[in-house]
Amino acid sequence: MLGHLLRRVGASALTLALVALLVFLAVDAIPGDPARLVVGLEASPEEYRAARERLGLDDPWPVRFARWGAGFLRGDWGTSLRYGRPARELVLGALALTVPLAALALVLALLIAFPLGLLAARRVGGGADLATVGFAQLGTALPEFWLGVLLVGLLAVGLRWFPAGGFPGWMDPGAWRYLLLPAAALALPRAAYLARLVRGSVADVLREDYIRTARAKGVPGWRVLGVHALRNALVPVLTGAGLTFARLLAGAMVVENVFGLPGLGRLAVVAAGERDLPLLSSLAVAVGALVVLVNLAVDAGYALLDPRIRHP
Amino acid sequence: MRRHAGLTLGAAFLLLALLPVLVGLVWLPYDPNALGWEPYAPPSLHHPMGTDWFGRDVLARVMVGGRASLAVAALAVAVGGLVGTALGSLAGSLGRLADEALMRVVDALLAFPALLVALLFRAVWGPGLPGVAIALALFNVPFFARLTRAGFLALRSREFVLAARAAGAGGGWILRRHLLPHLASPLLVQATVALGAALLAEAALSYLGLGVQPPDPAWGRMLREAQAAFELSPWPAVFPGAVLALAVLGLNLIGDGLRDLLDPSFRRLSPPRPP
Repeated sequence: MLGHLLRRVGASALTLALVALLVFLAVDAIPGDPARLVVGLEASPEEYRAARERLGLDDPWPVRFARWGAGFLRGDWGTSLRYGRPARELVLGALALTVPLAALALVLALLIAFPLGLLAARRVGGGADLATVGFAQLGTALPEFWLGVLLVGLLAVGLRWFPAGGFPGWMDPGAWRYLLLPAAALALPRAAYLARLVRGSVADVLREDYIRTARAKGVPGWRVLGVHALRNALVPVLTGAGLTFARLLAGAMVVENVFGLPGLGRLAVVAAGERDLPLLSSLAVAVGALVVLVNLAVDAGYALLDPRIRHP
Repeated sequence: MRRHAGLTLGAAFLLLALLPVLVGLVWLPYDPNALGWEPYAPPSLHHPMGTDWFGRDVLARVMVGGRASLAVAALAVAVGGLVGTALGSLAGSLGRLADEALMRVVDALLAFPALLVALLFRAVWGPGLPGVAIALALFNVPFFARLTRAGFLALRSREFVLAARAAGAGGGWILRRHLLPHLASPLLVQATVALGAALLAEAALSYLGLGVQPPDPAWGRMLREAQAAFELSPWPAVFPGAVLALAVLGLNLIGDGLRDLLDPSFRRLSPPRPP
């Protein structure tokens, strides 16, 4: 068990280093001369050379990568060109909105997916099953930002049930109302996918011998479904939920732009538009790290839930 | 081939969604960038999808707007699929160390939302189409690599591979004549579903202002422009999204149908892809 976890942690650390390297290489490939930017066009060749020296631009790229990575680990993520503030502060501030938004969407998705999936698995091929399968197909095909646009248009601009966008900050007691519509737009495609997973894994489990034994013993139908079957169907569903995290974050970043929420997505679009590379590269590394860590946690949870994984 | 309701339905949906784009290649009702009709007109006989805030015909813009989306998605899946399949083949056949190294690269790629890669490229090259296409191709690599690798690992100790090896076949021959043909069906299924996902991702990027630049239309960008004027007329926001969703729905249904028909033994290799 410990060995398995250690191996996974090692692999994740390696993946993380590769994530950082990919970002570094992408940013490093950008045409343009930071030293020229610092000293200006009229600087003398000596000044220019001194600036290159000071910025360490003449070092080979592995040295520059190591320096950049070490700075990142120390918490020195560079300064945003656009905002003139530390990139770390900006990214962490944006994460404080994007992560709760993604979490809320995931909870909503699970709340929709479990009842639907269970209902469908109870009688595969029945009416509830067909409805769920149809919902699953439709839901995964709908672009979440289109849902967002329609939801804003109908419920916020049209009926004025919800604020149309923006975010008053977490101090505001009504802050959650600003997150509900974006979370709903994000949740629907994921609810569709997860309902399909629940249906599939519960239907598989229902064919097992121990389910027949439970039924034969006279355990009521809802208990067989909700307790015996669900417990064993949980592992693949939670794994699926965890592994969609990268896509969920990406979706949240798009939907934030639909609703004008000041999260990672907005920050990333502004940073890309203004070529604010220190900010954009820290943001990319932070998102990559978050995804790797969540995948690691899912992996560990998986091993805890299912003893067979521990000894492959 | 057996008849399959989902497959037929999917093909019908896809065709319905592609029809305006295909017809648009040879005939357009109006110039998609021409201004001058009454703005915000609801759907009518003259403008079946209405007009937008500049008084441009929405149908003509939908017909032209799909071109870039479909071309970029197809290119991204083709390139990403080829690179991913090659990487997966290498990982599955070169031995432990190369496998570990290649799979770490694949994991690293998987940790990046395509959105971030595209934004990085936007900062490097500006907001044009090539950056979007490369970002989406990169995004497709891990799925194909994992699928091919898993297939190789599952197949390599099967009797027919062992028999070929015993008969003196080389690694390259076994790869080309035995392993890859076995994986053709799951790869085809994956490519179909990946095309739908790439269409969605391209539209999201276009919504954010990447890819096709104004005044030329693109499905995603049209939604952004329509959002600003939703109160005045919801129609320009409805149609581009509906055509896009119809195309993706069709592709997903076709993917599932192909999986059922072609791929019974590999169903576990190509699980439904998360949205």
